[in-house]
Amino acid sequence: MTALELATENGARALRASEDTALEIRGITVSYGGTPVVLSVSTRVPEGSMTAIIGPNGAGKSTLIKAALGIVRPLAGSALFFDAPLKSERQRIAYVPQRASVDWDFPTRVIDVVLMGLGRQLGLLGRVRSTHREKAIGCLSRVGMADFAERQIGQLSGGQQQRVFLARALAQDADLILLDEPFAGVDAATERAIIDVLQSLQASGKTVVAVHHDLATVAEYFDRVLIINRTVVADGPVETAFTSEALQTAYGGRLVTAQIDRLSQTQAG
Amino acid sequence: MLWPALTLQLGYNATLVTIGATLLGIAAGITGTFLYLRKRALVSDAISHATLPGIGLAFMAMVAFGFDGRSLSGLLAGSALSALLGLYCVHLLTTRSRLTEDAAIGAVLSVFFGFGVVLLTIIQTMVAGRQAGLEGFLLGSTAGMLGADALVIAIGGALTLAAVLILRRPMTVVSFDPEYAEASGLPVARIDLAIMALALAVTVTGLKVVGLILIVALLIIPPVAARFWSDRVETVALLSGAIGGVSAYTGAALSAVIPNLPTGPMIVLVAFALFVFSLLASPRRGVMAAFLKFRAYQEQVHLRQGLLALAQGQPIYERLTLRLLQRRGLASADGVPTEAGRARAAKALRDEARWRVARKSAAHESASAHYDGLTDIENILTGDQIAELDAQIPGPQEAPA
Repeated sequence: MTALELATENGARALRASEDTALEIRGITVSYGGTPVVLSVSTRVPEGSMTAIIGPNGAGKSTLIKAALGIVRPLAGSALFFDAPLKSERQRIAYVPQRASVDWDFPTRVIDVVLMGLGRQLGLLGRVRSTHREKAIGCLSRVGMADFAERQIGQLSGGQQQRVFLARALAQDADLILLDEPFAGVDAATERAIIDVLQSLQASGKTVVAVHHDLATVAEYFDRVLIINRTVVADGPVETAFTSEALQTAYGGRLVTAQIDRLSQTQAG
Repeated sequence: MLWPALTLQLGYNATLVTIGATLLGIAAGITGTFLYLRKRALVSDAISHATLPGIGLAFMAMVAFGFDGRSLSGLLAGSALSALLGLYCVHLLTTRSRLTEDAAIGAVLSVFFGFGVVLLTIIQTMVAGRQAGLEGFLLGSTAGMLGADALVIAIGGALTLAAVLILRRPMTVVSFDPEYAEASGLPVARIDLAIMALALAVTVTGLKVVGLILIVALLIIPPVAARFWSDRVETVALLSGAIGGVSAYTGAALSAVIPNLPTGPMIVLVAFALFVFSLLASPRRGVMAAFLKFRAYQEQVHLRQGLLALAQGQPIYERLTLRLLQRRGLASADGVPTEAGRARAAKALRDEARWRVARKSAAHESASAHYDGLTDIENILTGDQIAELDAQIPGPQEAPA
């Protein structure tokens, strides 16, 4: 079965499902210059699910999320959030960018970053009140960072920075949270803390979508997977979509064959 | 003469000019903070150089229509239009061509400035015998400035400040994390435009006082100097405003006293002095603090390593280590520990053992972040927590100190 057929079949299966949809991507194509980075990707993320977007480097994982959120403009296609356009559902969506995308020497403290998540409530001239402050501290303690509230962000380790980003998203009280490589370059304690928070979000009915790079933890952390390599390779529940054939198609090459074999063995065993 | 100038006793006009310049300096410092945080500081250089053709053309137009060519509001309006055009060119070149922003800035800056100089030359030959005084816009001059001119500057500065106050929160978010800002629905492109427009407003307002060549310094130096003193955007912005205000005030007063001294260079030199002071003396980010911190840290490391070596009966080879131990009365010159040295060494070893246990335990994760091989564990954990750790230390327990 070719990647395209697989994608179409998975897409059709996803569409047949009856749950409410948190995110629906309809044929998004993104191109920087000539060659498309993301080519006609469609998918449907049911509410309350936890989806990993995986694929090799340069497969367009981050770009897909950014295009859905309107951070990069897609060449074609669109995204619907809770069956409505992005504009009307913006306040129900939180985004956690890649940690490396910002300058951590920026003159701001941990709590100020989390307060950015409350921007909508604060407005342009509203003062930061103690209720906002308490809310921010509460979000920080959910990721185990309450003790660091007054620290300058440059003093944090990579994992701590990632947790602050997550706390900022928590402050938004969103129903759908999209994360770009939340586990990239973080320590084990942070990875644990983040996955605990994400799973508790899912338990309370929220939808989680994360760009992920570690194939070994996909089955443990997520219940759905979207495998892309510019186009959709596989899409659906981890049990059916996260197969060694799909990984082989997406990643190709000899280099990963050993890793894929190991993965399918651990899954079988 | 200097004292009366600094205390605003040089007459009505000079006083108005100094106050106007100060307001402009404050506005420039605060606006510049966001330009600097957005990493677009150099764009202001393109803006300021792009004002020159506008000044020339405005002058020619006003003369042609029979007005006084020296009217400040008219000249400023012209400079604003041509600066806008320059800014638009930078934007076009950056987004529509393969040129990077620095190359686009360089190209726009030099072409506009060159064109402006040509226009000024034409004006000097054209309006024979008439002192246009347009050169004053290059390096800034308060000579012959009217009270009304100062008022224009003061109003411009005040309006800019008000706009910054309203937009400070979105500007901060966009500067820190533009992708997040975009995703949360902030109009990033428009906020970027607002930052540029504010810089443009300050530049145009300050043309007469600071001059177009050096106005960029008043937008960049104050925030960079202020950054040494604070880790919060609000404080950096306020400090930057203060530094800009003091520089402009002092510079304007000085040039009011010394004949033919252009204002711009004086203002920039005062700002630069404040920058150098910040660079050297800032307690957290300054050069001196960094050096002292490095030395103190080096001594701490040597002392700790020395104590651990003593505790384990290993020889000490490094002279610095030995000297430090000796100076504190912890060891003799040949590396034999004293009574106090032995006690400190035993404690250092026990501390390390406690840290080893603490760092393995998830319960002490936030405390473990403080581990640097130097900090005493008592400063981080409570007595109860340490007793708990002691119970987990494997192997024979050392006698408590």
